[in-house]
This record gives sequence, C-alpha cells and structure tokens, in this order.
Amino acid sequence: MATASKTPHPDTSRVEVDDTSISETTVAELAPLYRQMLAIRRMEEAAAKAYSQGKIGGFLHLIIGQEAVCVGAIAALTGDDYVVATYREHGHAYAKGVSSRSILAELYGKATGLVKGLGGSMHLFDKDKNFLGGYGIVGGHVPIAAGAAFASKYRGDGRVTLCFFGEGASTIGGFAEGLALAALWKLPVVLICENNQYSMGTPTYRSLAVEDVSMRALAHGMARDRFDGDDVIKVKRRVAEAVERARTTGEPTLVEVVTYRFRGHSMSDPGLYRTKDEVEEWKRRDPLNRCRARLSELGMPDKDLESLEDDVKAEIEDAVKFSEESPPADEYFKYVVKE
Amino acid sequence: MAVISYREALGQAMREEMDRDASVFVMGEEVGHYNGAYKVTQGMLQRFSERRVIDAPIAEMGFAGVGVGAAMVGLRPIIEFMTFNFSLVAIDQIVNNAAKIYQMSAGQFCVPIVFRGPGGPAVQVSSQHSQSLESFYAHVPGLKVVMPSTAYDAKGLLKTAIRDDNPVVFIEGETLYNTTWEVPDPSDGDHLIPLGKADVKREGKDVTLIAWSKMVWTCLDAAKVLAEEGIECEVVDPRTLRPLDVDTLAASVQKTGRCVIVEVGWPVAGFGAEVAYQIQKRCMDALDAPVERVTSDDVPMPYAKNLEDEVQPQVKDVVAAVRRVLYLD
Repeated sequence: MATASKTPHPDTSRVEVDDTSISETTVAELAPLYRQMLAIRRMEEAAAKAYSQGKIGGFLHLIIGQEAVCVGAIAALTGDDYVVATYREHGHAYAKGVSSRSILAELYGKATGLVKGLGGSMHLFDKDKNFLGGYGIVGGHVPIAAGAAFASKYRGDGRVTLCFFGEGASTIGGFAEGLALAALWKLPVVLICENNQYSMGTPTYRSLAVEDVSMRALAHGMARDRFDGDDVIKVKRRVAEAVERARTTGEPTLVEVVTYRFRGHSMSDPGLYRTKDEVEEWKRRDPLNRCRARLSELGMPDKDLESLEDDVKAEIEDAVKFSEESPPADEYFKYVVKE
Repeated sequence: MAVISYREALGQAMREEMDRDASVFVMGEEVGHYNGAYKVTQGMLQRFSERRVIDAPIAEMGFAGVGVGAAMVGLRPIIEFMTFNFSLVAIDQIVNNAAKIYQMSAGQFCVPIVFRGPGGPAVQVSSQHSQSLESFYAHVPGLKVVMPSTAYDAKGLLKTAIRDDNPVVFIEGETLYNTTWEVPDPSDGDHLIPLGKADVKREGKDVTLIAWSKMVWTCLDAAKVLAEEGIECEVVDPRTLRPLDVDTLAASVQKTGRCVIVEVGWPVAGFGAEVAYQIQKRCMDALDAPVERVTSDDVPMPYAKNLEDEVQPQVKDVVAAVRRVLYLD
C-alpha cells in the first residue's frame, strides 16, 4: 500500500532526569531567584494561615515545594513574553512581577486584589506584566497559550509564551489539541509540564500509560526536555534553551520538570495517598534549602542572607496587613460585557 | 442596493473587515484551500494569503482556544465552525474562557472574537448535525448571540460583531445561505447594524410573531396565509438573542395584545421561554391571551424527510397558534 509521508523529524530530545550536576552560577544571579522563591513560600504560608482562620475561602492550591520551577522558568523570559498558568499559579504570577500585596488581597477577596475579588486564587491576571491568567479547567488553557504564541507569530513581535500545566493535564483533550496545533503551526511557545507526580490524589503510575510526559512531543516532531526541578538555575538554563529555540526558529518545546508538592492538592486535602517517608524524602530536596546552601558556598555572607530573609518577611507581613485592612470587593456587574 | 445571497453577504462582511483591519483573520476547518465547507469564505485565501485565512485541522477545542488566546493579546479572530454542532467539543473555550476572561481579569483582558458558522436544522443530516444550540449560548453572561435571518442582517450584524470587543456567537441559518435580500452597496459606506436591536420584518395590528433565523421566513409565510383571512400579523425578529431588545418586542405586543413565539429549537428551556417571560412581565395588562410558543418537537432530529418536516414548526403550526391566541378555534 502506498502511503504519503513527510521525512521524519530529527529527535531533538534531551532527557536527563537524574542529572545531579550543579549549574554554574553567581550570587548576583542566584540571590534574586532565592528571594523570589522565599517570598512565594512565605506568601503561601501566610495564605494557608489566613485560610485556616476563615479569611480566605474556596479552593487554595499551594505550590510549596515546587517554587524552583516557576521561578527558574520565568527567569528565562523578558518582560514582554507571555505566561499562561493553571489554578496553582500564585508563584507564577509573583515571578512574573505581580506584587504579593495584590495577590494576597485577591485571595482575601478584597477590592484591592489583583482582579478586584472577582477571580480569587485560581484566576490571577495581570495585563501589564503579560501574565495571561490562571485557569481552572485542566488543560483548557493550553490552546490559549498557543493562541498568544500564534499572535506573536502573526505579528512577528518576537515574543515567547510559556504555558504551565501539571502532568494531570496530559490526558485531556485541550492539552492534546494545543500541542498538535503548536507543533503544526510552529508557534513560539514553551509548554512546561510541572510533573509533581500526583494529579490530585492519583499517582502517575495509575494515570499515565507512559509516565514520561515529554515523550508526547515525539509524535509531533517537537523538541522535548525532561529534568528534575530542584535546582532553580538548572530550570532557568534548560528553559532558556527552549525559549531561545522558540524565539529564533518559532519551534515549540515540551519541557517536563519533575517536582513535588509538599502540601495537599488543595487546603482540604490531607494527602493520605502518600507516605510520610515519601514526603520527608522530597522535603530533604527542598529547592529553597538547596538554593540557600549554594549561596553560602558561593560566598554570600550570612548577614546578607539574613537581611534578604528579613526583607521577605517584612514584605509578606505588609501584604497581609494590606489585605486585612483593604475594603471588601464591591462590584460585579462592571466587567461582564465591555461597552 | 443590490440583491445578494446570505452567503455572499457574509463573505462581503468578512472581506471588508479584513481590508479595514489587519488584526482580523479567519480560522477554521476547510476555510482556505477548500474555500469553505459552505463556501462562505470563497476566494478569501487568494485575497488574504495563508497568513490570514488559516486552515485548521479537526481540533475545534484547539483552534477555538487559539482564537481566544490571540484575541486576548489584541487580534480579532473569526473562528469558523463547519457547523455549530461541532462547537460542542469547543464549548469549554467559549463558555469557560471567552465568556469569562473579561470578568475574571476584572476588565484587563477583553476577547474580541467571533465564533461563526451554520446552525439549526439542515436537510436530512439527522440528529448530530441538525440542532439549534442558540439557547445554550444565550444562557451565558459574557457572550453575545446573533442569529441573522436575511442577507441584509447577516452582513450588517457580522461587520458589527467583528468590531465588537466581546465574544460573539454568530449562528447562521444552515438553510438560508442561498436566500437573497437587498443589501446596501459597499460604495454607500459601511453597512453596520447594532447588536441588540430588533427589526420589524412585517407590520400588523392583530398578533405579534416573534422569531429569529429560519423561523422568520416561516412566520412571514404564515403571515401571508393569515392575511388572506384578514388577520394582520406583525413579525418581529430580535436578530440578537443576547443582548435582547425587549423594548421593541414589548412595544409590538403592547400594540397587538397577542404574542406567538416561534423557534426551531427544542421546547424545554428553549430561548422562547425566556422571551415569553419577558413579554408577560412587560405586557401583562395588554395581553388578551396567554403567550403561545411554537417549537420543534422534543426529540433528536430524525433522518427521514417526512419525519424531519413533521418535527419542525411549519406554516400550518404557526397559523394554528395564531388562531389559538385569537380564540378562533
């Protein structure tokens, strides 16, 4: 039987999930990333506390343990580049430049919140920062990211879009269609799978026939990468390769970063599907501790580290105070239809 | 004025808007090289190139979402569904994203996108390809829903929809593409019809018939039959279901005192039920009879021609409903 087919694409894969090498860096590069990761951790701890006090409602999905992924990846972008994220996106918004004040005030449902109390934890948006939103329908935002990248290609503006999603999204149609169109149309998008190994309470071995999500790229002739997400500099370097590919050739990349969330899926999840030992084992790989130790090794004085940490503490205390004292959300008809 | 087809009117609207605004593009299955499954995009690929007339693979959720993302950052996509039946696999993009992003972002991002294509019953394509989904979309705040019945309305409303900063669900009558109507010449300036403005398609004093899309034609035919008996029907076409021009509909019923709502969709929670509620609320004192509805039967569309006809409202069904509100039977 005669079949028409294109020449096979070269496999540009690079998969090194157990790579333990330490990325070269400097205090000047690493310290700001440590500060971001620490601020995200402290901001989410403050959110968890406020949630337990009944001051924050609804769903609250914390990224604690995974901070190096969003911080490292977004560090590979310019301010003009776009980010599209999931409902677990406080860290992504912060790394893209959104203030802890406006994030926490949003979680508190206040008028001063980033989206005026209309979106809450799952729907942070910031046009000025090119943060295209947090989305609550798993995988439905992958085509949106492809669309932002389509617009960049249409206009030739050189921007790159980063799209974050969990490995749980890799089984739904939105992901499959977004991936297919990004590859077919060569859209400048980097699809980042934050594989925290559990889609809610279901481990990858019970949800994926092939647990290596990056392999989906091969079916589309798309470049892929897969590595662990404990080292923020490694994340930055590897995502930067994909960003560069997107910017210079328009080729998308599927990047899978293996990571772990220390807390439950949301605040209501006690995490009974994981053993204490497993969680403790991953906590020993805490990306923040690793980053702090590295800064010491690189010669950052303790007093500078402590000063950075005090600065973060003050920032988050201020954001909590701001959120508590802000007026309640007060309008909901204004933004239904644009006049 | 020139008499042109509904299909040509839609094509003119897209071509004019794409000439006018470089951020407008059209994307969908078979819109380019194939010239459109229903030939609405005929000739557009040659005129605008593959950059702006984009053939998509069969991935409605994917390309509808690409449209939403592109619209968020300033483009003005026209997403063609080969038929609105296929929009059901993209409904997450329309309802959860397009309709909500303006609200979720507190007005930071708007989504100026048109989802268009044929809807409503076609001819003998049976249940999965022959259904009226306007009530699904009209239910959703954040969307606008447009259902033109004539070439005149199709062109003027589509041009306005493309310029609108909100997501517009633009459902064309699948059996109306070859119908013709007088449409202003492009040389006479932009033909724009505001969304949310009803149109009186025929004046009359005895009964108000409210209908949209294909059912406007059925009502006009029924009005002719009834005129022979001396019954003067006023046929009012809302043209846009969301926003709904209740003022114009209610003004007609205030005048006639009787109202029949005709839709080709299913009866349960059909859009006509909302219209009936609005009319009774606004016109209680003027009504001389309960508001009547004529709908398709409450069944998936059958294939056989005789059954298909029987399911849908026919002229005789509208005539019978009018006679009921006039207490003539």
